Amino acid sequence: MVELEQRHSLEPLVLPRMGNRIWTLAAALSGIVLILLIPVASALMGQAGIAPDFAARLLPPDWAHWFGTDQMGHDLLARTIKGLRTSLLVGLLASCCSVLIATVLALVATAGGRWADALVSLLVDATIGLPHLVLLILICFALGGGPVAVTVAVALTHWPRLTRILRAEVLQIRQADYVVSARHFGKSWVAITFTHILPQILPQMLVGLVLMFPHAILHEASLTFLGFGLDPTRPAIGVMLSDSMRYLTAGKWWLGLFPGLCLLLLVLSFDAVGNGVRLILNPRTSQT
Amino acid sequence: MTLLSFNDVDLSFSRYDGLLTAREIPILKRISFSLKCGEVVALIGASGGGKSLIAHALFGILPPNALIRGDIRFDGQRVDDGSRPSLLGRRMALVPQSISHLDPLARCFQQLRWAARRAGLRVNDAALVAMLTHFGLDARAAQAFPHQLSGGMARRMLMAIATVGNPDLIVADEPTSGLDDDNAAIVLSKLKSMADAGKGVLLITHSLATALAYADSVCLVRQGRVEGVERAEAFEGCGQGLSSDYARALWHALPQNGFRVTGDA
Amino acid sequence: MLEAQNICFRYRAKSPVLDSVDLAVHPGEIIGLTGPSGAGKSTLGRILAGHYQPASGRILVDGIFHPPGFNPVQYLHQSPVFAVDPRWTIGRIISEAWQPDETLRQAFGVSPAWFDRYPHEISGGELQRVALLRAFAPQTRYLIADEISAQLDPLTQAQIWSVLLKQAESRRLGVLVISHDMPLLRRVAQRIVTI
Repeated sequence: MVELEQRHSLEPLVLPRMGNRIWTLAAALSGIVLILLIPVASALMGQAGIAPDFAARLLPPDWAHWFGTDQMGHDLLARTIKGLRTSLLVGLLASCCSVLIATVLALVATAGGRWADALVSLLVDATIGLPHLVLLILICFALGGGPVAVTVAVALTHWPRLTRILRAEVLQIRQADYVVSARHFGKSWVAITFTHILPQILPQMLVGLVLMFPHAILHEASLTFLGFGLDPTRPAIGVMLSDSMRYLTAGKWWLGLFPGLCLLLLVLSFDAVGNGVRLILNPRTSQT
Repeated sequence: MTLLSFNDVDLSFSRYDGLLTAREIPILKRISFSLKCGEVVALIGASGGGKSLIAHALFGILPPNALIRGDIRFDGQRVDDGSRPSLLGRRMALVPQSISHLDPLARCFQQLRWAARRAGLRVNDAALVAMLTHFGLDARAAQAFPHQLSGGMARRMLMAIATVGNPDLIVADEPTSGLDDDNAAIVLSKLKSMADAGKGVLLITHSLATALAYADSVCLVRQGRVEGVERAEAFEGCGQGLSSDYARALWHALPQNGFRVTGDA
Repeated sequence: MLEAQNICFRYRAKSPVLDSVDLAVHPGEIIGLTGPSGAGKSTLGRILAGHYQPASGRILVDGIFHPPGFNPVQYLHQSPVFAVDPRWTIGRIISEAWQPDETLRQAFGVSPAWFDRYPHEISGGELQRVALLRAFAPQTRYLIADEISAQLDPLTQAQIWSVLLKQAESRRLGVLVISHDMPLLRRVAQRIVTI
């Protein structure tokens, strides 16, 4: 080590490419900050954005109301943040459930023999084959709408892709020589699953979770926008966007623009976090 | 005439300790050796000891987090990103370890043709067929896909493709791994005959016994350092002609000699 | 006695790799197995260790089929790095099989300083010693050593074999040494079988 430092005068033949590590990590960090800001800001705002104020209806953006106000006199900034918080909660719950479903199905498919594998493959193909939104609406409608129904609907529709990835991964690990060795040291499949397989696929699960988040949030918003999701009195991005439709033609542009932009920003934040997590956890990129 | 020389080449990998702090992990330390035209030099060392990285450093195919210092010269010219493109495939060529370095979807003859074109040659098919014959490969092998070749044929095909540009230096990375003795002997004597024809051959292998039978000199690499450069003839008898203790310990540890455990490692 | 009786094995849609092979390894016996590459040396080794099921024929370990639980026939890989979980420390890797005592650990030249390191942080020769120590659990009665020193330098190879032969003798283990290196087999094996 010391010896190497002393020889810095020699010009290196090949410079290591630093990649975009710093930028990726900085973007991920800003993403995390933005995401964490939402519940904090929402808590600090108390009742703002929920209580109507009919004296201040449909005001364009100014210093008192940065995003303007809506037809009930709600402050749009406060309402947007509250809506995003709901989205976050639904997204988090739904994504976690989806990852859980994907993991369990991947393990069942790989451990349960040929029939279990065929069954899981059929489930995956069937779910991917059905139009996404139709399935979402169907489940949400059957459960009668509301936050629980939205969460269940999103959770039940987002696992197939990750299941496929995890299944392939687990299959490969089960064939690995160290797993074969463990078998011949008398370890049970259950023990091997917990000690060898799950730790190995944990990075995939994490990246899958983070990258599923924006999908979940967007689908929650679309469901609500279409009127099958959260009820219209609660602050939700989907509700706000569908309400704004009625006023857009009247020139009230701020009603749709700001909530929409914020939703986009949140989705991009998750994407940045996902890329950061992937950069660190993927052994192929972790050193560049 | 010295064809290739490594002068105090260090190689290290940078690994991230935390998110942004990188640590340098030295792999090769002060590697120095040289190779003349008409000579087979063997680089010997345990697998995973970094021998292959010496070849990768020469050909500029190290992973992006590798850091290299020192001076590599080919025919008196410094080898770096600027000079490398004019050398690769034309003046120096790498025979890779395995068949996976060939395109699985193209017939071997086509790949040979591509290699000739990359080397800037304008050769006709007849010349290429003659070349394959020289390596003991017939028309059926030429029309085969890589996976249809046996291990020994695949290795000869890799050699044919690597040397189509008539390079002055041939670097063979573990050319006998996975081959039985007969096929290994064919491949190695082919390399030896190229050296006899005035080329320089760098043979990278973990097997001392293999190297001794075909190399002129042997460069012993241990834990990232060159532990000694010996003439191949010096490995005989009790090893009294060997200059380093490590070489002598290796010689005595061979099963066909003493199979003795001596030295510090 | 570890017995292979009339073993046949083929990979899908290929001509058989192994055709009615018989082999027996007695406790305390060291047998060399050699043959050209592709002759099925490793395949036979893995069948003996119970990793593969033969198409026909049977493997008997001291008169019975491979029992469930700890396998008395342990298989040692050419590249120990594939036989250990890359995310585990050396200490955890060894203790997955058993807890060796101090004397045996020293006999195999496994340093306690490695115990909190990861497999890629020690050398191939060192990792092969770790794999050996791990396979020398009390329940082990036979070892299949598949080219375990092919990738090591001669010095490390001699060291590994000196430890292995000494320990196998004191435990009266039966060892099948698979290698293409005839001088090595002549050194270590009492009898050499060619397939």
